[in-house]
Amino acid sequence: MTHLPYLIAAYGITVLSLGILSFHSWTRLKRVQKKLIQIQNNQQP
Amino acid sequence: MTNTSSSPPSQSSFNIHRFANPRTFLRFASKIQSWVTISAIIFLVIGVIWGLCFSPADWQQGDSVRIMYIHVPMAILASGGYFALAACALCSLIWKHPLADLAAGEIGPIGAVITALCLITGSLWGKPMWGTWWVWDARLTSVLVLFFLYLGHITLLHAFDNQQKGYKAAAILALVGVFDLPIIKFSVNWWHTLHQPSTFSIIHAPAMSLSMIWPLIFCFMGFALGFIALVCMQLRAAILERQVRHFLLNE
Repeated sequence: MTHLPYLIAAYGITVLSLGILSFHSWTRLKRVQKKLIQIQNNQQP
Repeated sequence: MTNTSSSPPSQSSFNIHRFANPRTFLRFASKIQSWVTISAIIFLVIGVIWGLCFSPADWQQGDSVRIMYIHVPMAILASGGYFALAACALCSLIWKHPLADLAAGEIGPIGAVITALCLITGSLWGKPMWGTWWVWDARLTSVLVLFFLYLGHITLLHAFDNQQKGYKAAAILALVGVFDLPIIKFSVNWWHTLHQPSTFSIIHAPAMSLSMIWPLIFCFMGFALGFIALVCMQLRAAILERQVRHFLLNE
């Protein structure tokens, strides 16, 4: 298994990058949904 | 000639233009989001475990061939994502639809990450096989150009004070860049490259064992659905951010 470090690096970088991207997308959506609800609640008399 | 029919157009028939309405898109995207995400995770878990643990090693390349299960889907999605970006750019330039601009703006960064991953995993595969991290070979160089096209698109979107000008400039760049896609695809046939020619062809049987093709298909399906899920999530966030800005400006 002399190629194991390359294999680990390839899978590791992919999982890390896509994980960060997914987490960023999810937090962005949750943040804006929360803000929209807050605005709508403030606008209600 | 005017339509004198008194009955309204059928709502049950499938009409793609309905999704150009941001509200309809938001409803549709929030409905499919969880299903697409769960399907992506299932496909990916099966594909990666199958590829890493149960598919055979290559007789020449050994275990490094298992990098294929992430590199090949990334390569297809890098080109596919750019094609989607160009389609959005075309819709934006012809119909000036704001949803097409937003979609192009969200596909760009995700496509850039996917293309970067394609280049990095390719490099990590190339080092043990070719003895080098990088060669200025036609396939590798054309994919690097694709990466720069994505970066150029992102930069142009944010380069103008007037956002509409940014969208227009980025859309023109996206359409010009489409010419790189056939170059990427056929570079291995047109030039002598260190990169191997296509394994899959419409007219020939695949030059790969079925025990490797199936995990590759599962990984591709997983990454493709994951790409769709990510774009949907980012696009929903972008539409809602626009609504928030609209509310705040009207206050």
